Amino acid sequence: MNAPSLESRIRTSLTLSRRWSPFESLFWLFALAAFFIFPRQLLILNEIAILALFAISLDLILGYAGIVSLGHAAFLGFGAYGAGLLALHVTADPIAGLGFAIVISAALGLVTSPLILRGNDLTRLMVTLGIASLLHELANSLGKWTGGADGLQGITMQPVLGRFEFDLLGKTAYLYSLAVLFILFVIARRIVHSPFGLSLRAIRDNQLRAAASGVPPGWRLAAIYSLAAAYAGAAGALMAQTTQFVSLDALAFHRSADLMLVLIIGGTGYLYGGIIGAIAFKFLQDWIAALTPQYWQFWIGLLLVVFVLGGREVIYGGVGAVARRIRSLAPGGRRP
Amino acid sequence: MSVVLRTQGLTKRFGGIVASDDVSFTLEQGARHALIGPNGAGKTTLVNLLTGVITPSEGRIEMNGLDITSLSREARVKLGLARTFQINQLCAGLTVLEMIMMVVTERLGHGGRLFGRLDADRAAISETAAILERFRLADVMDERVDTLPYGRQRQIEIASAFAVRPKVLLLDEPAAGVPEAERKLLLDSVAELPEDVSVLLIEHDMDVVFRFATRITVLVNGRVLTEGLPQDVAADPDVKAAYLGEAMHG
Repeated sequence: MNAPSLESRIRTSLTLSRRWSPFESLFWLFALAAFFIFPRQLLILNEIAILALFAISLDLILGYAGIVSLGHAAFLGFGAYGAGLLALHVTADPIAGLGFAIVISAALGLVTSPLILRGNDLTRLMVTLGIASLLHELANSLGKWTGGADGLQGITMQPVLGRFEFDLLGKTAYLYSLAVLFILFVIARRIVHSPFGLSLRAIRDNQLRAAASGVPPGWRLAAIYSLAAAYAGAAGALMAQTTQFVSLDALAFHRSADLMLVLIIGGTGYLYGGIIGAIAFKFLQDWIAALTPQYWQFWIGLLLVVFVLGGREVIYGGVGAVARRIRSLAPGGRRP
Repeated sequence: MSVVLRTQGLTKRFGGIVASDDVSFTLEQGARHALIGPNGAGKTTLVNLLTGVITPSEGRIEMNGLDITSLSREARVKLGLARTFQINQLCAGLTVLEMIMMVVTERLGHGGRLFGRLDADRAAISETAAILERFRLADVMDERVDTLPYGRQRQIEIASAFAVRPKVLLLDEPAAGVPEAERKLLLDSVAELPEDVSVLLIEHDMDVVFRFATRITVLVNGRVLTEGLPQDVAADPDVKAAYLGEAMHG
């Protein structure tokens, strides 16, 4: 008889926006099923899972807080070297290494966060780029510790949880990376739907309004920046542990730049963009490299230009138009 | 009547320009006080001084007897000083519900909760519901802020400022640019603000001022020209001259 009260309508609306959709469950089931469907592709699937985690990290600051970065590899590399060094000198237990990488990367994020709080997009791009270059050069010159240009060699990881040995086919690697990706994804999903996550989106959209509402932008941005750094560090640890090798490449500029491309392909501000982008990016890279082994960077570059200028809508719209045309050819189909 | 907001000899110089010149005025508890003056009279400078966007060259600002002259913007918000902006400052990507909910959770001190669930925050939900109802925004609560017409956006601007539960609310030209059809709804919600909120209205539009204000302060060239009841101010020859002067010189 009575219409539902406004309060219950609000509650419903808020619940709907955070509830898991069936598509999401399907998505993760498929990620698990991929283990059985593509037994010979597990190494690339592992790479995808790690890149996806790295992309989620950037999405946390870019999509939810509006902080651009061209140096996110700093945290990836920091976590990778941290996990690698821990395995070489202290303990080769993967979970310990993962935890260690998360803690030190978060600390690095916290320490460097004052540098990205002020200024505009351009200064942030330059500052993050600078920090990543600094770390790259440091890792290069501290050869005694990092192995310099030769990289960190001789890492032998213990089995995950003391039971699952890393194998050459990447079985353990993929399941381990996928499990870490899933757990960290669920945590990130919870955080972006929290009051904290809401205040971040308010800062992203209008810092003046957020501050006028009592939100302390500096603290909130420092918190999410450190959290994102922790996620990137975790991705770095997975990379170091599943390949049992860390090189300067982990800190290289192209890592940060590729990551931007991943989010440009997948979209920002909904977490899945990072995963979808990572899948698309890896397959594109693989496919193009198979077609033209020498010139794959050319095609990646061209795609970047198309995506940025045209936007995702052009590409997805194009796919949609083709699909409509095909449907219209079918009997009983409508003309476009 | 007790005084909630008081300025003493408030002066702000930008280089050689004196934007605010020895302004002393008081806002009483529960007041409906309008601040008027021709363009360039220093109204916005005064609002920026009061809210802490800029710091004064001289003088002091007190709120409920407390010296707030050097407090940050956020600290003043926590003390109960809220404002709306002349140009809407909204979070375009949020829904109306999220926008109000954001301000309410922040006021309740829940904004730092990393793992909190918005739909389980009973206190925030009931307060948000009351604000949406008061400003007649319940029917559009799931719409994105930037998809709504300008008058509605102006409502959200005022609702967001009101959501911090201010003791003092500064409304900077709330009706500016709102089309005639949407004006009534907006002015009604301004008129219906609860008694315990003291309101300082900065306005250009004399209809709005005389409809709403019980006391008027006139600023000209950064100085207080006069202050008094609406009918006295309306009859003041100096005020007429100031406005006529403006009209004549464009």
